[in-house]
Amino acid sequence: MFVRTTLLVLRKDFAIERRSLEIFVTTLFFAVACVLVFSFGLVKEGRAPTDVAAAILWIAIAFAGTLALGRTFERERYGETIRALLAAPAPRPALYVGKLLGVVFLLAVAEAILVPLIGVLFAAPFFAKPLAFVALLAAGTIGFATVGTLFAAMLMRTRSRDVLLPILLYPITIPVIICGVRGTAALLATPADEPMAIMWLGILVAMDTVFMTIALWTFETLMID
Amino acid sequence: MRKAFAPLALITAVLFATAVLLIAQAPYESTMGLVQKIFYFHVPSWIGMYAAIFTCGAASVLVLANGSAVADRFAVAGAELAVLFGASGLVTGPLWARKAWGVWWTWEVRLVTALLLWLVFVAYLIVRRYGGPGSEKLAAAVALFGTAVAPFVYVSVNFWRTMHPLTTVVPTLPRTMGVPMAVSALAFLMLFYLLLMLRVGLAERQATLDELYLALED
Repeated sequence: MFVRTTLLVLRKDFAIERRSLEIFVTTLFFAVACVLVFSFGLVKEGRAPTDVAAAILWIAIAFAGTLALGRTFERERYGETIRALLAAPAPRPALYVGKLLGVVFLLAVAEAILVPLIGVLFAAPFFAKPLAFVALLAAGTIGFATVGTLFAAMLMRTRSRDVLLPILLYPITIPVIICGVRGTAALLATPADEPMAIMWLGILVAMDTVFMTIALWTFETLMID
Repeated sequence: MRKAFAPLALITAVLFATAVLLIAQAPYESTMGLVQKIFYFHVPSWIGMYAAIFTCGAASVLVLANGSAVADRFAVAGAELAVLFGASGLVTGPLWARKAWGVWWTWEVRLVTALLLWLVFVAYLIVRRYGGPGSEKLAAAVALFGTAVAPFVYVSVNFWRTMHPLTTVVPTLPRTMGVPMAVSALAFLMLFYLLLMLRVGLAERQATLDELYLALED
């Protein structure tokens, strides 16, 4: 039941998104714009400093992710479909996980384009240690989306939700972003510092677990009314 | 509470006065000299903030679990005091760092995470203020995340090699410094308790007033 509901929510979001591509296109465009803004700020005499690629990647993910999170639930609110979704005789956490997977999937696709782009523009060898890098990216994205999905869902009914989402999201998720940046920077160093990256990955996984536990519990209680 | 307030306020005042005298009497630390004495206010500020955070966190769990209005008043009061004591810690820290490290601020794990923790509770207050109806539960979730992060901030200095002194410093102080520290910490905790009760009492009166207004309109 749980898995079935999760997959149904995911399939529903995926079907809407595949037809309109609205969130994907806007998110990706915004992320690329972010990368360009940072490159203008950081490039000196035609060359970017060697160690900024990790930071730019994660900032782009965080900014674009906020946009995607807001839009995902705005769509539900606009169509008044969230009421139907919540009225469905399905476990609430399953709805949450479905929404979460949708956001993670969307961000993963955006990252698949962002990473090579930043890699080329900033001459960053992201795939020197592909396994550790992908694990870092996945753990960081999940941590960010876990908190983001919860808050975006809860903010749906509040006034000024567009302003409040980043205000709530960033203080809590910056530790996740810091771990992601530090871990990625360790991998980009020459020679790559894999033990260091693994340590940051460990912290990320620990944070993901804590955030996920709190999110699953609070989503259940918060979405009752 | 209203009866106990005056004596408690008096005890707190006496504690603060004693703390100041004891701090003045305490020996100078050998390398940092006079500036080390900021520490007697810096550490108790964070102790006060942690007390406030855990009050807010525990109350928020109750708010989420059964929507208790009483717990909600404690949660708001806790969050406000967390911001207040945190601000004191964030001001005293750089004052000390300027002398001890030569810079006001450095981007290392303890400082950054402590600032973030403080921002989480500022965010809590922003949500309460601008979130409109129903924002108590939303804010409670924010507080829960903040409370979950708080222990990590405390132990972070032991995991990363940072410039910030370790958590082992306070328990291993020599008695000449430990006693002023303990009295100061107690004074801050008493102040926290007093302010908490005042703020909760204020929230109670606001609630009563709101009820009376509603009754008048009916």
